[in-house]
Amino acid sequence: MNLIGEHITYKPDDQFHLNNVSFNFKKGNLYTILGRTLSGKTTFLKTIAGLLNPDSGNLSFEEKDFSKIPVWERNVAMVYQQFINYPHLNVYENIIFPLKQRKLSQDKIKTDVEEALKTVGLIGFENRKIQELSGGQQQRVALARSLAKKAKILLLDEPLVNLDYKLREQLREEFKKIFSEGMSQETILIYSTTDPQEVMELNGEVIVLDEGKVLQKGPAKEIFENPLNLKVAEISNDPPMNILKGLKNLDNLNFENISIKSPKHFKHLENQNYNFGIRASEIKLDENGEEFEIELAEISGSETLLHLKKGNSKLIALIEEVMNFKIHQKVKIIFNSNKFYAFNQSGELVSSPYGINNG
Amino acid sequence: MEKLYTFLKYTFITLWTVFIVAPFLWAVSTSFKDFQSVNSKVTYIPWLDFEPTLEGWRVLVKSPARGGVDIVEPYFNSIFVTCTASLVSIVLGTLAAYALSRFTFKAGFVRNNDITFFFISQRIMPPIVLSIPFFIFLSTIGLLDSLLGLVVVYIVLLMPIAVWIMVDFFNRVPKELDETALIDGCNPYQAFYKVVLPNSIPGLIVAGMFCIIFGWIDFFFAFILTFTEVQLLPVKVVALNSSITPWWSLSASALISVAPLIIVAFVVERYLSKGNLSGALK
Repeated sequence: MNLIGEHITYKPDDQFHLNNVSFNFKKGNLYTILGRTLSGKTTFLKTIAGLLNPDSGNLSFEEKDFSKIPVWERNVAMVYQQFINYPHLNVYENIIFPLKQRKLSQDKIKTDVEEALKTVGLIGFENRKIQELSGGQQQRVALARSLAKKAKILLLDEPLVNLDYKLREQLREEFKKIFSEGMSQETILIYSTTDPQEVMELNGEVIVLDEGKVLQKGPAKEIFENPLNLKVAEISNDPPMNILKGLKNLDNLNFENISIKSPKHFKHLENQNYNFGIRASEIKLDENGEEFEIELAEISGSETLLHLKKGNSKLIALIEEVMNFKIHQKVKIIFNSNKFYAFNQSGELVSSPYGINNG
Repeated sequence: MEKLYTFLKYTFITLWTVFIVAPFLWAVSTSFKDFQSVNSKVTYIPWLDFEPTLEGWRVLVKSPARGGVDIVEPYFNSIFVTCTASLVSIVLGTLAAYALSRFTFKAGFVRNNDITFFFISQRIMPPIVLSIPFFIFLSTIGLLDSLLGLVVVYIVLLMPIAVWIMVDFFNRVPKELDETALIDGCNPYQAFYKVVLPNSIPGLIVAGMFCIIFGWIDFFFAFILTFTEVQLLPVKVVALNSSITPWWSLSASALISVAPLIIVAFVVERYLSKGNLSGALK
């Protein structure tokens, strides 16, 4: 009874949009597709919706071959990153549009629409024109239309990306609530995003996609704790995980004339060259630390992002307060060595602070 | 500097307006004159320079048997041919444009853009190149000197305009709108007429108006493809000119033949000045 994809490949030009993608989605679950722009997320969702036909592979739902069912009979719903509504219809007409297509009874339509309007908080906006609404409200209408359909598969393609920061935070909270309370156990929810924070907050099953290929699958926590390789580590962290090329010998990690005591979980690693990974939040300012030069300082909200440089190594540190720095100023930092990751020369994870491969 | 610019701008606009409006004023004035007032001396102002008369206008609706020239029938012929050809062009052109905008066509080296260019190229060619094939074609199927034959020819001339305008319009309508309609349970035909078409009304109006304008003003094909049975308005107006040029009725007929276009131009201007035609979607 699941949505199953097997070896789905789509290559319309000389680049893979989907490269041998397989999945098994269960009803009542939330799946998030994490990937950068052009990683194939939209293609992935459009393939499930039936808007695109993959070159090869199978797609089945409820034990039926999905590829033989046209879009308009698939009973899916989709919210786009652009706020797509029917501009010639008002809010109410927009939401009843799919229900009218399915020729539901008037009473059923009425209750379903009211419920959907209530869920997204647009009661009282029924007769408004779409053009009179703000971006956030337009996206709520699109979401309400998708919810009212009670589709078995609900696809959300970066629904928050075109909204401003504040609204995004607010809608994200509401989405979490809607997904945990308002969804039936019959629905498969698939949510795509570029934002690792969104993935962690929604806390579903994650699929990390890059250049059309699935890099890693698993619960959000697992992706965060054990990114399988450098690519995943980069995609699933914002700012991306810092990677330092260095050498492990005996008890020390060495890079750029810096020597740090090797953390306990690196004990079993052979003494050789590695890519050491450390999150921006695990770097602190400290008078006794190593000297780095500031290349750029960005203040975002209540935090400061420092882009630092030493020799050939560049890294980003996240300072949890707003501070003013000058470019080219020297600062001293320390690394929380207990949170170091080690990736081998081909980029695969060999040691993680959360306990993979460390015996 | 700014003042100079404003001054120059308004000077130019004023001169241009005089340039455009003067012939109309001349025609209005002349249409109320008689032979005497036109040929004796330079006259401008009615009642002062000359005695206005409705003779120039009356002649237009009189039958030839009673000394008139009867442009009523050519007038309705023109309305019929222009409107029918425009309507057919809009219907077929819109469908073609939607297909060209949304689907990918491949036939040998031919792609969507080539097909669009093929339509437009019909307008790039000088009309005289098309006149001989049209003449032979119509005479072969027996539609020479008939309203239906003219409608057929005008469809060929007007449809490229409709295709051109509508392809551009549909390209600006986000594809996601159609996709959403499909996801919401419309088959492709329903998606077209329930969602895409209602949002394309401004484009349809502009395309329709352009078809009407270009159909209405055509003289060349109306002249070449008709003889005695059927006459269109532009041909009739020009035919008024005989050994004595009847300036008064010529002016009057020119004015009433331009009148519909002036109305159309005002409507088009309103839609064009709304700026982005697909504004409804952003």
